Amino acid sequence: MKVSTMAEMMASGQTPEVLFWVGCAGSFDLRAQKITKAFATILDKAGVRYAILGKEEACTGDPARRAGNEFMFQMMAYQNIQILNGYSIKKIVTTCPHCFNILKNEYPVLGGNYEVIHHTQFLQELIEQGKIKFTDSNEWKGKSITYHDSCYLGRANEIYEAPRKVLESLDMELREMKRCKSKGLCCGAGGAQMFKEEEKGDKRVNMERADEAIETKSDFVASACPFCNTMLSDGIKNRDEELGTEVLDIAEIIAKAIQ
Amino acid sequence: MAIIAQILFIILTATALYLFGKNLLKIRRNILIGKAGFANDQKARRWKNVFLLALGQKKMFKKPIVAILHLILYVGFIIINIELLEIMADGILGTHRIFETYFEQFGLASLYNFIINSFEILAALVLVACIVFLVRRNILKLKRFMSNDLAGWPRSDANYILIAEIILMSLFLIMNAADTETHFIISASLQPLLSGINSNTLFIIEHTAWWLHIIGIYIFMNYLPYSKHLHIILAFPNTYYAPLTPKGMMHNMPEVQNEVLYAMQPELAPTGAAAPASFGAKDVMDLSSKNLMDAYSCTECGRCTAACPANITGKLLSPRKIMMATRDRLEEVGKNMDLNQKFVSDNKSLLHDYITVEELRACSTCNACVEECPVSISPLDIIMELRRSLIMEESNAPQEWNSMFSNIENNFAPWKFAPDDRDAWTNQA
Repeated sequence: MKVSTMAEMMASGQTPEVLFWVGCAGSFDLRAQKITKAFATILDKAGVRYAILGKEEACTGDPARRAGNEFMFQMMAYQNIQILNGYSIKKIVTTCPHCFNILKNEYPVLGGNYEVIHHTQFLQELIEQGKIKFTDSNEWKGKSITYHDSCYLGRANEIYEAPRKVLESLDMELREMKRCKSKGLCCGAGGAQMFKEEEKGDKRVNMERADEAIETKSDFVASACPFCNTMLSDGIKNRDEELGTEVLDIAEIIAKAIQ
Repeated sequence: MAIIAQILFIILTATALYLFGKNLLKIRRNILIGKAGFANDQKARRWKNVFLLALGQKKMFKKPIVAILHLILYVGFIIINIELLEIMADGILGTHRIFETYFEQFGLASLYNFIINSFEILAALVLVACIVFLVRRNILKLKRFMSNDLAGWPRSDANYILIAEIILMSLFLIMNAADTETHFIISASLQPLLSGINSNTLFIIEHTAWWLHIIGIYIFMNYLPYSKHLHIILAFPNTYYAPLTPKGMMHNMPEVQNEVLYAMQPELAPTGAAAPASFGAKDVMDLSSKNLMDAYSCTECGRCTAACPANITGKLLSPRKIMMATRDRLEEVGKNMDLNQKFVSDNKSLLHDYITVEELRACSTCNACVEECPVSISPLDIIMELRRSLIMEESNAPQEWNSMFSNIENNFAPWKFAPDDRDAWTNQA
């Protein structure tokens, strides 16, 4: 499978339908790379003409801004917007809710105006349009799964239904945790917490959430954010090594089910 | 004798209204210390929020039983206060149930009875709701009411309000019961208790209850500006001015945006432009007026803190405490201004003296507190403004964050990876 960059597409006189914004976790983190590859595979199989920025992509500035470092954020935003506008990008899809939030809500005021969608929304569209076809022996059918709402997808942007609809299209049994949707509990990574030790307390946030996920006794845990994925995987592993409940991104689940 | 009572009533009313107005103006002034003004675009959407959230109590109904009890208090409070019109008219004119006389003249005696009966039913319901709320706070000891946030005055404040409402409602019912010419739905059932008392004493009881009731209302009104109960007024403007943007959106800092722009494209920099004085918020005057109105609108219910992942897992952060600290500091700054005509530095600030670094660092910006608040308060916005000051004014960051910053600067990612490897995954795809 060939993944083209914007530069390559431009050179061959092509314009992609959509830019796949991979994000730092999706680019570098070994676990998140699997999500990236799964989503790229889906795009490929669904016949979507897409491109990535490749080496020209840089951090959106989210962790810097949330930590309080507005200068660093503005520097990154300036560079990214120059690149994106230089390629006349119209539509962006991303597998990271933090990138999604910044690109969609915080770049426009700085001169970066794009249609930005999250990969769960894009997957829902592809399924509804019949561009994704599941294999007859879909291995997920009847399996139970609990979906963890990412704060930056859920409360921050009120996207609760798209990821659930995608899971339901696989005939999976969706089990909700006690705190879900607008009341969903954070995994503990947001606001640049991912990049520092937690403050003093009596429990880790990811353990609190992992316990809730385990309580549903689901076969799998679904996430739609690479950071939530890390936090919940760590939490579940910590709580119960033998249980071995896998935390999978929605893209990974779909990738395994398509023809 | 009657004329003295009338004059006394007018003086009392005027004093109560004057003091109340004066204190409200002071609160208005304090709120306007804030930096940015209020957003007032998309008026239709804003009014919709007022109707749904403030009038309609939409978020309260996430907990239906409490919501119904609260609705009784709220509707009862507004409707029973219509009776104040008659009380005021009687007080000023020296009459007795002046509206009843008028209603009778127009053949509407039964309508008057219906209105007062409704007030009495509501008064009885309010009484019951207040007792349930007192039990919840003091006997059932609900977790969010037991937190250290409320230690001392705030816990008493909540109880004072409930007790005051019970007293006011009781006085209203006693007053009606002692008026033996009337037979209203609730107070009539109290009348047998007063059967042995002669009419002179009953007259004194009725009038004493009447006076205590109206004095009680004036005291209650003047207590509002000092109390968490101020939300009964500020819930309305606060929901009106609530941000209409997605919760995930942080507000931009044009001053920093421009600094970066001029560094990148020096030809755009205006000559002699002064650098901004400070970044983020160190004290209340650096916050926005909406942040400050938030602080006065908070009724300390603690729904935010009960939903906060940091607080749930035992961290120091409590969004409710952030709001209470902001109001406390703002009141202190207000008193300072009263004393010195303008604010004179007291070597204190919201950051550090009222809200500690440890609290700010625990926030995962998950928006659970913002989502929970029934009156559209954003503790998160204040937390972020204080974080901005910590980083940009004091360079106060944990070591790991400093590494993250330098990774972003040098490697364009928060981790130390070679930028050239950003698309390395494509080789294995």
